[in-house]
Amino acid sequence: MAAAKKLLMDPFSDNNPITVQVLGICSALAVTVKVDTAIVMTLALTSVVTLSNVVISLLRNVIPSGIRMIVEMAVIASLVIIADQLLKAFLFDISKQLSVFVGLIITNCIVMGRAEAFALQNPPGPSMLDGLGNGVGYGIILIAVASIREFLGFGSWFGIQLLPENYMGNGLALLAPGAFIILGLLIWLQRTINKYVEES
Amino acid sequence: MREDTKTLVFAAGICPVCSLLLSGTASGLKGRIEANEEFDVKRNIVKAFGVDISNKAEWSREKIEATYEKNVSETDANGLPLYTWTEDGADKPSKYAFPISGKGLWSMLYGYIALESDLETIAGITFYKHGETPGLGAEIEKPWFQNNFVGKKLYADGVPTAFEIAKGKAPAGNDHAVDGISGATLTGKGVQALLNKDSAAYADYFNQIKGN
Repeated sequence: MAAAKKLLMDPFSDNNPITVQVLGICSALAVTVKVDTAIVMTLALTSVVTLSNVVISLLRNVIPSGIRMIVEMAVIASLVIIADQLLKAFLFDISKQLSVFVGLIITNCIVMGRAEAFALQNPPGPSMLDGLGNGVGYGIILIAVASIREFLGFGSWFGIQLLPENYMGNGLALLAPGAFIILGLLIWLQRTINKYVEES
Repeated sequence: MREDTKTLVFAAGICPVCSLLLSGTASGLKGRIEANEEFDVKRNIVKAFGVDISNKAEWSREKIEATYEKNVSETDANGLPLYTWTEDGADKPSKYAFPISGKGLWSMLYGYIALESDLETIAGITFYKHGETPGLGAEIEKPWFQNNFVGKKLYADGVPTAFEIAKGKAPAGNDHAVDGISGATLTGKGVQALLNKDSAAYADYFNQIKGN
């Protein structure tokens, strides 16, 4: 039980895919302008990484080592396209805002990374927890960045206006460089709290 | 089994599984996705005709579709698409809309612009698809920017006005210029260029129907 909990919770903070492993930065910059898109992106990535971990873990003893990565790619790409189609069919407005970034989950290093580093060596149960944990760990940072950017840029949070209507939005927070700065500060903050030091 | 054969068999197996899964999902959801896209176009045409649909609780999908069915009809202007708006009970169209598109800063901008019955005054404008920077160029989809177009002249005596997206505030009294977006001068230039291009394309047709 303790092992399962560690698998699930570790990526939330101590081994967070974004702030510790510095993976998945691309979408963390691109879809964090508003909280609602960040949440949908989190849901999409979490379901993809969880399912791909399970599928690859189930296949781990039969995948020929020579085409291992290509098979992982095929599984991940299929799942991502399905997720994209589902969003287009059921959450059209949000899928318009996420535009290409759902498709780009295919190249998100977290998904491939968990398949390679975990699912290939472990049974489906733990792989599922690992995928879920990493998806949520990614989401926590995504939503944190989005909360700061939406507040500074629009004066609102999750579409709820917090500052007076005449608040002049901070343009820097809405642009990619602003996201870089916020993400950098978050990484600093978290590594200070966790006392994590990069080994050279 | 030899390692190579095993690899080939595995690859031959996984491909049909993935493709079946994908084509199954795609064809299963196709109807829904197409309906969503069609609705998005209709919603934007209704919006371009100056209907305020910002209150989502009041303007449900059904209501927008019903309004579209009732008031909007699709025709063509010498081969170009044209939409007309007929008020309830009227027998002649009172507003005309056409699609506009062109290059912004990062992306193509797509939208609709509607004219009043004089075929010169702008009744409304929308942009429904673009990839401009949120908070800067993407402000073109915001009401404050779009509302500035209402009442301005796209044509003067049948000739396209050199419509302008000003840098900063538009000069007072200028009926063919609107305020620009600070931080998005290049997106503004794109909007200006596409308005001038598309208004020129429709000028002949509007002059033809004006005589009648």
